[in-house]
Amino acid sequence: MLEISHVTKTFNAKTVNERVALDDVCLRLNDRDFVTVIGGNGAGKSTLLNAIAGVWPVDSGSIVIDGTDVTGMSEHRRAALLGRVFQDPMLGTAATMQIEENLALALRRGRSRTLKAGITREERSRYKELLAELGLGLENRMTAKVGLLSGGQRQALTLLMATIRKPKLLLLDEHTAALDPRTAAKVLELSERIIEENQLMTLMVTHNMKDAIRYGNRLIMMNEGRVILDISGEEKKQLTIELLMDEFAKASGETFVNDRMLLS
Amino acid sequence: MNLAVLLNALPGAVAQGLIWGIMSIGVYITYKVLDLADLTVDGSMATGGAVCVMLILNGWNLWLALLCAIVAGMLTGLLTGLFHTAMGIPAILSGILTQLSLYSLNLAIMDFKANQGINVTKYQLIVSQRNVRNVDLSNPIVITLVILALLIGVLYWFFGTETGCSLRATGANEAMCRAQGINTKKTKILGLMISNGIVALSSAMLAHYQGFVDVNMGRGAIVIGLAAVIISEVIFGKLFRNFALKLLAVAIGAVLYFIVIQIVLWLGLNTNLLKLLSALIVAVFLAIPFWKANFSAKHPHKGGRTNA
Repeated sequence: MLEISHVTKTFNAKTVNERVALDDVCLRLNDRDFVTVIGGNGAGKSTLLNAIAGVWPVDSGSIVIDGTDVTGMSEHRRAALLGRVFQDPMLGTAATMQIEENLALALRRGRSRTLKAGITREERSRYKELLAELGLGLENRMTAKVGLLSGGQRQALTLLMATIRKPKLLLLDEHTAALDPRTAAKVLELSERIIEENQLMTLMVTHNMKDAIRYGNRLIMMNEGRVILDISGEEKKQLTIELLMDEFAKASGETFVNDRMLLS
Repeated sequence: MNLAVLLNALPGAVAQGLIWGIMSIGVYITYKVLDLADLTVDGSMATGGAVCVMLILNGWNLWLALLCAIVAGMLTGLLTGLFHTAMGIPAILSGILTQLSLYSLNLAIMDFKANQGINVTKYQLIVSQRNVRNVDLSNPIVITLVILALLIGVLYWFFGTETGCSLRATGANEAMCRAQGINTKKTKILGLMISNGIVALSSAMLAHYQGFVDVNMGRGAIVIGLAAVIISEVIFGKLFRNFALKLLAVAIGAVLYFIVIQIVLWLGLNTNLLKLLSALIVAVFLAIPFWKANFSAKHPHKGGRTNA
Protein backbone atom coordinates (compact mmCIF):
# COMPACT_ATOMS: atom_id res chain seq x y z
CA MET A 1 0.00 0.00 0.00
CA LEU A 2 1.19 3.48 -0.89
CA GLU A 3 -0.47 6.45 0.77
CA ILE A 4 0.42 9.93 -0.40
CA SER A 5 -1.45 12.58 1.56
CA HIS A 6 -1.51 16.28 0.78
CA VAL A 7 2.01 16.39 -0.62
CA THR A 8 3.18 19.80 -1.79
CA LYS A 9 6.47 20.78 -3.33
CA THR A 10 7.48 24.21 -4.59
CA PHE A 11 10.76 24.77 -6.39
CA ASN A 12 12.60 28.10 -6.08
CA ALA A 13 10.09 29.35 -3.53
CA LYS A 14 9.89 33.13 -3.14
CA THR A 15 11.88 33.84 -6.30
CA VAL A 16 10.77 34.85 -9.79
CA ASN A 17 11.29 31.24 -10.83
CA GLU A 18 8.86 29.91 -8.22
CA ARG A 19 7.07 26.84 -9.51
CA VAL A 20 4.54 24.72 -7.70
CA ALA A 21 5.50 21.24 -8.88
CA LEU A 22 3.17 19.26 -6.61
CA ASP A 23 0.00 20.89 -5.33
CA ASP A 24 -1.69 19.06 -2.47
CA VAL A 25 -1.41 15.65 -4.10
CA CYS A 26 -3.34 12.78 -2.53
CA LEU A 27 -2.98 9.30 -3.97
CA ARG A 28 -3.56 5.79 -2.66
CA LEU A 29 -2.26 2.69 -4.35
CA ASN A 30 -3.26 -0.86 -3.46
CA ASP A 31 -0.70 -3.62 -3.30
CA ARG A 32 -1.35 -5.03 -6.75
CA ASP A 33 -1.93 -1.72 -8.54
CA PHE A 34 0.03 -1.08 -11.74
CA VAL A 35 -0.65 2.59 -12.35
CA THR A 36 0.38 4.50 -15.45
CA VAL A 37 0.95 8.24 -14.96
CA ILE A 38 0.37 10.61 -17.84
CA GLY A 39 0.42 14.37 -18.30
CA GLY A 40 2.09 17.19 -20.22
CA ASN A 41 5.54 18.58 -19.65
CA GLY A 42 5.87 20.08 -16.19
CA ALA A 43 2.67 18.41 -14.99
CA GLY A 44 4.50 16.93 -11.99
CA LYS A 45 4.78 13.29 -13.02
CA SER A 46 8.50 12.88 -12.47
CA THR A 47 8.32 15.21 -9.48
CA LEU A 48 5.81 12.85 -7.91
CA LEU A 49 8.15 9.89 -8.38
CA ASN A 50 11.11 11.86 -7.07
CA ALA A 51 9.09 12.88 -4.01
CA ILE A 52 8.33 9.23 -3.31
CA ALA A 53 11.97 8.26 -3.87
CA GLY A 54 13.17 11.05 -1.58
CA VAL A 55 15.43 12.86 -4.04
CA TRP A 56 14.62 16.00 -2.00
CA PRO A 57 12.30 16.58 0.97
CA VAL A 58 8.70 17.63 0.30
CA ASP A 59 7.35 20.89 1.73
CA SER A 60 4.33 19.33 3.41
CA GLY A 61 2.24 16.19 3.47
CA SER A 62 3.20 12.60 4.13
CA ILE A 63 4.26 9.53 2.17
CA VAL A 64 3.71 6.08 3.62
CA ILE A 65 4.96 2.98 1.82
CA ASP A 66 3.73 -0.37 3.10
CA GLY A 67 3.09 1.05 6.55
CA THR A 68 6.44 2.85 6.81
CA ASP A 69 6.29 6.62 6.96
CA VAL A 70 9.17 7.64 4.69
CA THR A 71 8.42 11.37 4.57
CA GLY A 72 11.54 12.42 6.49
CA MET A 73 13.68 9.48 5.43
CA SER A 74 16.82 9.96 3.32
CA GLU A 75 16.91 8.71 -0.25
CA HIS A 76 19.31 5.84 0.38
CA ARG A 77 17.31 4.56 3.35
CA ARG A 78 13.97 4.40 1.58
CA ALA A 79 15.70 2.69 -1.33
CA ALA A 80 15.18 -0.50 0.69
CA LEU A 81 11.45 -0.28 -0.13
CA LEU A 82 11.79 0.87 -3.72
CA GLY A 83 12.90 -0.22 -7.14
CA ARG A 84 13.67 2.58 -9.58
CA VAL A 85 14.30 2.87 -13.30
CA PHE A 86 15.14 6.28 -14.75
CA GLN A 87 14.53 7.91 -18.11
CA ASP A 88 18.26 8.22 -18.80
CA PRO A 89 19.74 4.74 -19.37
CA MET A 90 23.07 6.09 -18.04
CA LEU A 91 21.52 6.86 -14.66
CA GLY A 92 20.47 3.43 -13.44
CA THR A 93 23.74 1.54 -13.75
CA ALA A 94 27.44 2.04 -13.04
CA ALA A 95 29.10 2.15 -16.47
CA THR A 96 32.61 1.39 -15.27
CA MET A 97 31.55 -1.71 -13.35
CA GLN A 98 30.75 -5.19 -14.60
CA ILE A 99 27.23 -6.45 -15.27
CA GLU A 100 27.45 -8.92 -12.39
CA GLU A 101 28.90 -6.26 -10.07
CA ASN A 102 25.95 -3.99 -10.80
CA LEU A 103 23.54 -6.80 -9.97
CA ALA A 104 25.49 -7.55 -6.79
CA LEU A 105 25.13 -3.92 -5.71
CA ALA A 106 21.38 -4.13 -6.28
CA LEU A 107 21.03 -7.44 -4.44
CA ARG A 108 22.42 -5.73 -1.32
CA ARG A 109 19.91 -2.88 -1.45
CA GLY A 110 18.46 -2.35 2.01
CA ARG A 111 21.08 -4.51 3.70
CA SER A 112 24.17 -3.30 5.49
CA ARG A 113 27.29 -3.59 3.39
CA THR A 114 30.00 -5.44 5.26
CA LEU A 115 33.52 -6.67 4.57
CA LYS A 116 32.18 -9.90 3.11
CA ALA A 117 32.83 -10.63 -0.55
CA GLY A 118 31.07 -8.16 -2.82
CA ILE A 119 29.84 -11.00 -5.03
CA THR A 120 29.64 -14.73 -4.35
CA ARG A 121 29.63 -17.82 -6.55
CA GLU A 122 26.02 -18.75 -5.76
CA GLU A 123 24.96 -15.25 -6.72
CA ARG A 124 26.66 -15.55 -10.08
CA SER A 125 24.64 -18.58 -11.10
CA ARG A 126 21.45 -16.80 -10.05
CA TYR A 127 22.43 -13.73 -12.10
CA LYS A 128 23.11 -15.96 -15.07
CA GLU A 129 19.58 -17.37 -14.91
CA LEU A 130 17.98 -13.96 -14.45
CA LEU A 131 19.97 -12.45 -17.32
CA ALA A 132 19.10 -15.39 -19.56
CA GLU A 133 15.41 -14.65 -18.98
CA LEU A 134 15.92 -11.21 -20.53
CA GLY A 135 16.78 -12.88 -23.80
CA LEU A 136 19.50 -10.35 -24.65
CA GLY A 137 22.48 -12.66 -24.43
CA LEU A 138 23.82 -10.78 -21.40
CA GLU A 139 24.24 -14.06 -19.49
CA ASN A 140 27.37 -14.69 -21.56
CA ARG A 141 28.83 -11.25 -20.88
CA MET A 142 28.53 -11.08 -17.10
CA THR A 143 32.00 -9.61 -16.59
CA ALA A 144 31.62 -7.03 -19.37
CA LYS A 145 31.55 -3.38 -18.30
CA VAL A 146 28.02 -1.98 -18.41
CA GLY A 147 29.29 1.00 -20.40
CA LEU A 148 29.60 -1.33 -23.40
CA LEU A 149 25.86 -2.07 -23.45
CA SER A 150 23.24 -0.34 -25.57
CA GLY A 151 20.59 1.90 -24.03
CA GLY A 152 17.94 -0.83 -24.23
CA GLN A 153 20.24 -3.39 -22.67
CA ARG A 154 21.07 -1.00 -19.89
CA GLN A 155 17.41 -0.31 -19.18
CA ALA A 156 16.67 -4.03 -19.11
CA LEU A 157 19.54 -4.50 -16.67
CA THR A 158 18.33 -1.58 -14.54
CA LEU A 159 14.88 -3.15 -14.47
CA LEU A 160 16.41 -6.39 -13.26
CA MET A 161 18.40 -4.49 -10.62
CA ALA A 162 15.27 -2.65 -9.48
CA THR A 163 13.38 -5.90 -8.96
CA ILE A 164 16.09 -8.38 -7.93
CA ARG A 165 15.09 -7.69 -4.34
CA LYS A 166 11.31 -7.53 -4.54
CA PRO A 167 10.52 -3.86 -3.90
CA LYS A 168 7.36 -2.70 -2.13
CA LEU A 169 6.92 -0.20 -4.93
CA LEU A 170 8.43 -0.03 -8.41
CA LEU A 171 8.98 3.45 -9.87
CA LEU A 172 9.40 3.63 -13.64
CA ASP A 173 10.14 7.18 -14.72
CA GLU A 174 9.64 7.31 -18.51
CA HIS A 175 12.07 4.45 -18.67
CA THR A 176 11.54 3.85 -22.38
CA ALA A 177 11.51 7.48 -23.56
CA ALA A 178 15.17 7.49 -24.58
CA LEU A 179 14.92 4.25 -26.56
CA ASP A 180 14.03 3.61 -30.20
CA PRO A 181 10.42 2.41 -30.68
CA ARG A 182 11.24 -1.27 -31.13
CA THR A 183 13.53 -1.42 -28.12
CA ALA A 184 11.03 0.63 -26.12
CA ALA A 185 8.30 -1.90 -26.86
CA LYS A 186 10.56 -4.77 -25.81
CA VAL A 187 11.53 -3.10 -22.54
CA LEU A 188 7.86 -2.33 -21.83
CA GLU A 189 6.86 -5.94 -22.40
CA LEU A 190 9.67 -7.03 -20.15
CA SER A 191 8.53 -4.56 -17.48
CA GLU A 192 4.99 -5.90 -17.65
CA ARG A 193 6.18 -9.48 -17.37
CA ILE A 194 8.36 -8.76 -14.34
CA ILE A 195 5.58 -6.75 -12.69
CA GLU A 196 3.05 -9.55 -13.20
CA GLU A 197 5.38 -12.35 -12.13
CA ASN A 198 6.33 -10.56 -8.92
CA GLN A 199 2.93 -8.90 -8.43
CA LEU A 200 4.59 -5.54 -7.91
CA MET A 201 2.88 -2.32 -6.96
CA THR A 202 4.03 0.00 -9.74
CA LEU A 203 3.94 3.64 -10.78
CA MET A 204 4.94 4.08 -14.42
CA VAL A 205 5.30 7.56 -15.89
CA THR A 206 4.97 7.71 -19.65
CA HIS A 207 4.60 10.28 -22.38
CA ASN A 208 2.95 7.77 -24.62
CA MET A 209 -0.86 7.71 -24.31
CA LYS A 210 -1.16 4.37 -26.05
CA ASP A 211 1.21 2.76 -23.60
CA ALA A 212 -0.58 4.42 -20.69
CA ILE A 213 -3.84 2.87 -21.89
CA ARG A 214 -2.44 -0.52 -22.82
CA TYR A 215 -0.48 -1.23 -19.65
CA GLY A 216 -1.56 -1.43 -16.04
CA ASN A 217 -4.93 -1.63 -14.31
CA ARG A 218 -5.19 2.05 -13.49
CA LEU A 219 -4.34 5.36 -15.10
CA ILE A 220 -3.86 8.75 -13.51
CA MET A 221 -3.42 12.01 -15.34
CA MET A 222 -1.59 14.97 -13.86
CA ASN A 223 -1.73 18.65 -14.68
CA GLU A 224 -0.09 21.59 -12.94
CA GLY A 225 1.01 19.48 -10.00
CA ARG A 226 -2.35 17.86 -9.39
CA VAL A 227 -3.96 14.52 -10.10
CA ILE A 228 -6.86 15.50 -12.34
CA LEU A 229 -8.00 12.12 -13.51
CA ASP A 230 -8.00 8.64 -11.99
CA ILE A 231 -9.43 5.79 -14.05
CA SER A 232 -9.29 2.11 -13.19
CA GLY A 233 -10.86 -1.28 -13.78
CA GLU A 234 -13.38 -1.76 -16.59
CA GLU A 235 -13.47 1.93 -17.30
CA LYS A 236 -9.74 1.92 -18.07
CA LYS A 237 -10.12 -1.04 -20.42
CA GLN A 238 -12.59 0.97 -22.49
CA LEU A 239 -10.27 3.99 -22.76
CA THR A 240 -9.19 5.43 -26.10
CA ILE A 241 -6.88 8.30 -26.86
CA GLU A 242 -9.86 10.45 -27.93
CA LEU A 243 -11.72 9.71 -24.71
CA LEU A 244 -8.64 10.51 -22.70
CA MET A 245 -8.23 13.87 -24.42
CA ASP A 246 -11.86 14.74 -23.86
CA GLU A 247 -11.50 13.82 -20.22
CA PHE A 248 -8.46 16.02 -19.98
CA ALA A 249 -10.31 18.97 -21.49
CA LYS A 250 -13.17 18.48 -19.05
CA ALA A 251 -10.98 18.07 -16.00
CA SER A 252 -8.56 20.88 -16.68
CA GLY A 253 -10.62 23.27 -18.74
CA GLU A 254 -7.89 23.33 -21.39
CA THR A 255 -7.29 21.38 -24.53
CA PHE A 256 -4.60 18.80 -24.37
CA VAL A 257 -2.01 20.23 -26.65
CA ASN A 258 1.20 18.32 -26.64
CA ASP A 259 2.64 17.18 -29.94
CA ARG A 260 4.84 14.60 -28.35
CA MET A 261 1.84 12.89 -26.75
CA LEU A 262 -0.36 13.03 -29.80
CA LEU A 263 2.24 11.78 -32.19
CA SER A 264 3.60 9.00 -30.08
CA MET B 1 77.61 15.57 -18.04
CA ASN B 2 78.85 12.35 -16.58
CA LEU B 3 76.62 9.32 -16.97
CA ALA B 4 78.06 7.77 -13.83
CA VAL B 5 76.60 10.65 -11.80
CA LEU B 6 73.16 9.87 -13.12
CA LEU B 7 73.50 6.14 -12.55
CA ASN B 8 74.74 6.83 -9.06
CA ALA B 9 71.61 8.85 -8.33
CA LEU B 10 69.20 6.23 -9.68
CA PRO B 11 68.82 4.00 -6.60
CA GLY B 12 67.78 7.07 -4.62
CA ALA B 13 65.32 8.08 -7.33
CA VAL B 14 63.80 4.59 -7.35
CA ALA B 15 63.51 4.48 -3.56
CA GLN B 16 61.90 7.92 -3.44
CA GLY B 17 59.67 7.02 -6.37
CA LEU B 18 58.42 3.90 -4.57
CA ILE B 19 57.69 5.82 -1.38
CA TRP B 20 55.84 8.49 -3.36
CA GLY B 21 54.20 5.60 -5.24
CA ILE B 22 52.45 4.65 -2.01
CA MET B 23 51.16 8.21 -1.77
CA SER B 24 50.10 8.09 -5.43
CA ILE B 25 47.99 5.02 -4.71
CA GLY B 26 46.21 7.15 -2.10
CA VAL B 27 45.64 9.80 -4.74
CA TYR B 28 44.42 7.14 -7.19
CA ILE B 29 41.71 6.09 -4.71
CA THR B 30 40.19 9.55 -4.51
CA TYR B 31 40.92 10.78 -8.03
CA LYS B 32 40.13 7.64 -10.00
CA VAL B 33 38.00 5.38 -7.82
CA LEU B 34 35.91 8.03 -6.05
CA ASP B 35 36.17 10.56 -8.90
CA LEU B 36 37.00 13.30 -6.42
CA ALA B 37 40.00 15.64 -6.55
CA ASP B 38 41.28 15.72 -2.98
CA LEU B 39 43.84 18.41 -2.15
CA THR B 40 44.11 17.28 1.48
CA VAL B 41 47.19 15.28 0.49
CA ASP B 42 49.44 18.36 0.34
CA GLY B 43 48.83 18.65 4.08
CA SER B 44 48.55 15.01 5.09
CA MET B 45 51.80 14.29 3.23
CA ALA B 46 53.47 16.18 6.09
CA THR B 47 51.12 15.09 8.89
CA GLY B 48 52.09 11.42 8.71
CA GLY B 49 55.77 12.22 8.96
CA ALA B 50 55.26 14.77 11.70
CA VAL B 51 53.26 12.39 13.89
CA CYS B 52 55.57 9.45 13.32
CA VAL B 53 58.82 11.35 13.86
CA MET B 54 57.61 13.15 16.98
CA LEU B 55 56.35 9.92 18.54
CA ILE B 56 59.62 8.13 17.84
CA LEU B 57 61.60 11.07 19.24
CA ASN B 58 59.47 10.66 22.35
CA GLY B 59 60.49 7.05 22.63
CA TRP B 60 57.54 5.30 21.02
CA ASN B 61 57.81 1.99 19.27
CA LEU B 62 58.38 2.29 15.49
CA TRP B 63 55.34 0.28 14.45
CA LEU B 64 53.04 1.96 16.91
CA ALA B 65 54.25 5.35 15.66
CA LEU B 66 53.59 4.30 12.04
CA LEU B 67 50.11 3.14 13.00
CA CYS B 68 49.42 6.49 14.70
CA ALA B 69 50.65 8.30 11.58
CA ILE B 70 48.15 6.35 9.47
CA VAL B 71 45.34 7.11 11.92
CA ALA B 72 46.28 10.81 11.90
CA GLY B 73 46.13 10.76 8.09
CA MET B 74 42.71 9.14 8.23
CA LEU B 75 41.53 11.91 10.56
CA THR B 76 42.62 14.54 8.01
CA GLY B 77 40.53 12.68 5.42
CA LEU B 78 37.63 12.62 7.86
CA LEU B 79 37.88 16.40 8.25
CA THR B 80 37.78 16.95 4.48
CA GLY B 81 34.93 14.47 4.22
CA LEU B 82 32.92 16.32 6.85
CA PHE B 83 33.59 19.69 5.19
CA HIS B 84 32.29 18.16 1.96
CA THR B 85 29.33 16.07 3.08
CA ALA B 86 28.11 17.62 6.33
CA MET B 87 28.78 21.24 5.35
CA GLY B 88 28.14 20.98 1.63
CA ILE B 89 31.45 22.57 0.62
CA PRO B 90 32.71 21.49 -2.83
CA ALA B 91 35.27 18.69 -2.60
CA ILE B 92 38.20 20.70 -3.96
CA LEU B 93 37.57 23.56 -1.57
CA SER B 94 37.13 21.16 1.35
CA GLY B 95 40.55 19.71 0.60
CA ILE B 96 42.09 23.16 0.40
CA LEU B 97 40.58 24.13 3.76
CA THR B 98 41.94 21.00 5.43
CA GLN B 99 45.29 21.49 3.76
CA LEU B 100 45.53 25.02 5.09
CA SER B 101 44.48 24.05 8.60
CA LEU B 102 46.99 21.20 8.50
CA TYR B 103 49.81 23.68 8.00
CA SER B 104 49.14 25.00 11.51
CA LEU B 105 48.37 21.56 12.90
CA ASN B 106 51.56 20.06 11.48
CA LEU B 107 53.60 22.88 13.04
CA ALA B 108 51.82 22.24 16.32
CA ILE B 109 52.63 18.53 16.14
CA MET B 110 56.28 19.41 15.47
CA ASP B 111 56.55 21.63 18.59
CA PHE B 112 56.13 24.70 16.38
CA LYS B 113 59.32 24.10 14.48
CA ALA B 114 59.39 24.03 10.69
CA ASN B 115 61.33 20.78 10.69
CA GLN B 116 62.49 18.02 13.00
CA GLY B 117 65.42 15.73 12.34
CA ILE B 118 65.58 12.07 13.25
CA ASN B 119 68.88 10.22 13.21
CA VAL B 120 68.92 6.64 11.99
CA THR B 121 71.90 5.83 14.21
CA LYS B 122 69.93 6.78 17.32
CA TYR B 123 66.47 5.50 16.47
CA GLN B 124 65.00 2.48 14.78
CA LEU B 125 63.53 3.68 11.48
CA ILE B 126 61.67 1.76 8.82
CA VAL B 127 63.74 3.02 5.89
CA SER B 128 66.78 5.24 5.53
CA GLN B 129 68.54 6.92 2.67
CA ARG B 130 71.83 5.69 4.10
CA ASN B 131 71.02 2.12 3.19
CA VAL B 132 69.97 2.81 -0.38
CA ARG B 133 73.07 1.12 -1.78
CA ASN B 134 73.03 -1.83 0.63
CA VAL B 135 72.54 -5.20 -0.98
CA ASP B 136 70.49 -6.67 1.85
CA LEU B 137 67.09 -6.42 3.51
CA SER B 138 67.86 -3.01 5.03
CA ASN B 139 67.69 -1.43 1.56
CA PRO B 140 64.76 1.02 1.47
CA ILE B 141 63.84 -0.19 -2.03
CA VAL B 142 63.32 -3.74 -0.75
CA ILE B 143 61.40 -2.64 2.35
CA THR B 144 59.18 -0.26 0.39
CA LEU B 145 58.46 -2.94 -2.21
CA VAL B 146 57.31 -5.30 0.56
CA ILE B 147 55.05 -2.63 2.07
CA LEU B 148 53.74 -1.75 -1.39
CA ALA B 149 52.89 -5.39 -2.06
CA LEU B 150 51.07 -5.68 1.26
CA LEU B 151 49.19 -2.45 0.63
CA ILE B 152 48.11 -3.48 -2.87
CA GLY B 153 47.01 -6.86 -1.51
CA VAL B 154 44.89 -5.29 1.22
CA LEU B 155 43.34 -2.76 -1.18
CA TYR B 156 42.61 -5.47 -3.75
CA TRP B 157 40.78 -7.47 -1.11
CA PHE B 158 38.96 -4.42 0.26
CA PHE B 159 37.65 -3.14 -3.05
CA GLY B 160 36.21 -6.59 -3.70
CA THR B 161 34.14 -6.52 -0.50
CA GLU B 162 30.58 -5.23 -0.24
CA THR B 163 31.82 -1.97 1.29
CA GLY B 164 34.60 -1.64 -1.28
CA CYS B 165 32.17 -2.21 -4.13
CA SER B 166 29.90 0.52 -2.79
CA LEU B 167 32.90 2.88 -2.78
CA ARG B 168 33.68 2.09 -6.41
CA ALA B 169 30.03 2.52 -7.31
CA THR B 170 29.99 5.94 -5.62
CA GLY B 171 32.70 7.11 -8.00
CA ALA B 172 30.92 5.57 -10.97
CA ASN B 173 27.36 6.81 -10.47
CA GLU B 174 26.15 8.57 -7.36
CA ALA B 175 22.46 8.73 -8.31
CA MET B 176 22.43 5.00 -8.91
CA CYS B 177 24.12 4.42 -5.56
CA ARG B 178 21.42 6.24 -3.65
CA ALA B 179 18.74 4.36 -5.58
CA GLN B 180 20.46 1.14 -4.51
CA GLY B 181 20.52 2.19 -0.86
CA ILE B 182 24.14 3.30 -0.60
CA ASN B 183 24.83 6.25 1.70
CA THR B 184 27.18 8.17 -0.60
CA LYS B 185 28.16 10.61 2.14
CA LYS B 186 29.50 7.73 4.16
CA THR B 187 31.31 6.10 1.26
CA LYS B 188 32.95 9.39 0.29
CA ILE B 189 34.16 10.00 3.84
CA LEU B 190 35.45 6.45 4.08
CA GLY B 191 37.26 6.79 0.75
CA LEU B 192 38.88 10.06 1.81
CA MET B 193 39.97 8.49 5.09
CA ILE B 194 41.52 5.45 3.42
CA SER B 195 43.26 7.63 0.86
CA ASN B 196 44.77 10.01 3.39
CA GLY B 197 45.72 7.15 5.71
CA ILE B 198 47.81 5.74 2.85
CA VAL B 199 49.26 9.19 2.13
CA ALA B 200 50.26 9.56 5.79
CA LEU B 201 51.98 6.15 5.71
CA SER B 202 53.95 7.33 2.71
CA SER B 203 54.70 10.59 4.50
CA ALA B 204 56.06 8.79 7.55
CA MET B 205 58.25 6.60 5.36
CA LEU B 206 59.55 9.60 3.44
CA ALA B 207 60.44 11.39 6.69
CA HIS B 208 62.36 8.31 7.82
CA TYR B 209 64.02 7.99 4.44
CA GLN B 210 65.31 11.56 4.35
CA GLY B 211 65.99 11.70 8.08
CA PHE B 212 63.74 14.65 8.87
CA VAL B 213 60.20 15.90 8.61
CA ASP B 214 59.51 19.33 7.13
CA VAL B 215 56.28 21.27 7.31
CA ASN B 216 56.54 21.92 3.57
CA MET B 217 57.34 18.39 2.48
CA GLY B 218 53.83 17.83 1.16
CA ARG B 219 53.70 20.90 -1.04
CA GLY B 220 52.76 19.83 -4.55
CA ALA B 221 52.13 16.23 -3.48
CA ILE B 222 48.81 16.15 -5.32
CA VAL B 223 50.59 17.07 -8.55
CA ILE B 224 53.15 14.29 -8.11
CA GLY B 225 50.31 11.88 -7.37
CA LEU B 226 48.39 12.96 -10.45
CA ALA B 227 51.55 12.71 -12.55
CA ALA B 228 52.05 9.13 -11.35
CA VAL B 229 48.41 8.24 -12.09
CA ILE B 230 48.57 9.79 -15.55
CA ILE B 231 51.93 8.22 -16.44
CA SER B 232 50.56 4.83 -15.36
CA GLU B 233 47.49 5.27 -17.56
CA VAL B 234 49.46 6.38 -20.60
CA ILE B 235 51.90 3.48 -20.35
CA PHE B 236 49.87 0.67 -18.78
CA GLY B 237 46.28 1.77 -19.42
CA LYS B 238 45.65 -0.75 -22.17
CA LEU B 239 47.84 -3.42 -20.66
CA PHE B 240 46.57 -3.71 -17.10
CA ARG B 241 42.86 -4.36 -16.53
CA ASN B 242 43.15 -5.95 -13.11
CA PHE B 243 42.73 -3.60 -10.16
CA ALA B 244 45.87 -4.80 -8.35
CA LEU B 245 47.91 -4.34 -11.50
CA LYS B 246 46.48 -0.84 -11.94
CA LEU B 247 47.64 0.06 -8.42
CA LEU B 248 51.06 -1.40 -9.20
CA ALA B 249 51.14 0.67 -12.38
CA VAL B 250 50.53 3.83 -10.34
CA ALA B 251 53.54 3.03 -8.16
CA ILE B 252 55.64 2.39 -11.27
CA GLY B 253 54.35 5.69 -12.63
CA ALA B 254 55.71 7.46 -9.54
CA VAL B 255 59.09 5.75 -9.95
CA LEU B 256 59.25 6.81 -13.60
CA TYR B 257 58.36 10.34 -12.57
CA PHE B 258 61.28 10.49 -10.15
CA ILE B 259 63.65 8.97 -12.69
CA VAL B 260 62.61 11.63 -15.21
CA ILE B 261 63.12 14.35 -12.58
CA GLN B 262 66.55 12.92 -11.83
CA ILE B 263 67.46 13.01 -15.52
CA VAL B 264 66.22 16.58 -15.87
CA LEU B 265 68.30 17.62 -12.87
CA TRP B 266 71.27 15.79 -14.31
CA LEU B 267 70.79 17.76 -17.55
CA GLY B 268 71.27 20.88 -15.46
CA LEU B 269 67.83 22.22 -14.51
CA ASN B 270 67.78 24.55 -11.52
CA THR B 271 66.23 22.58 -8.62
CA ASN B 272 64.02 25.54 -7.77
CA LEU B 273 62.26 25.25 -11.12
CA LEU B 274 61.25 21.62 -10.56
CA LYS B 275 57.72 22.36 -9.35
CA LEU B 276 57.05 24.54 -12.38
CA LEU B 277 58.19 21.71 -14.61
CA SER B 278 56.02 19.16 -12.75
CA ALA B 279 52.96 21.37 -12.99
CA LEU B 280 53.42 21.94 -16.72
CA ILE B 281 53.96 18.25 -17.46
CA VAL B 282 50.80 17.30 -15.54
CA ALA B 283 48.83 20.11 -17.21
CA VAL B 284 49.80 18.86 -20.67
CA PHE B 285 48.91 15.25 -19.87
CA LEU B 286 45.58 16.30 -18.35
CA ALA B 287 44.86 18.30 -21.51
CA ILE B 288 45.54 15.45 -23.93
CA PRO B 289 42.08 13.77 -23.69
CA PHE B 290 40.44 17.20 -24.10
CA TRP B 291 42.54 18.04 -27.16
CA LYS B 292 41.88 14.60 -28.61
CA ALA B 293 38.12 15.11 -28.27
CA ASN B 294 38.33 18.59 -29.79
CA PHE B 295 40.40 17.33 -32.67
CA SER B 296 38.05 14.48 -33.56
CA ALA B 297 35.08 16.84 -33.30
CA LYS B 298 36.64 19.19 -35.85
CA HIS B 299 38.01 16.48 -38.10
CA PRO B 300 35.36 13.76 -38.39
CA HIS B 301 36.17 10.55 -40.19
CA LYS B 302 35.48 10.85 -43.87
CA GLY B 303 33.18 8.23 -45.30
CA GLY B 304 33.97 5.85 -42.48
CA ARG B 305 31.34 4.06 -40.48
CA THR B 306 31.50 3.87 -36.76
CA ASN B 307 29.42 1.80 -34.43
CA ALA B 308 27.30 4.35 -32.68
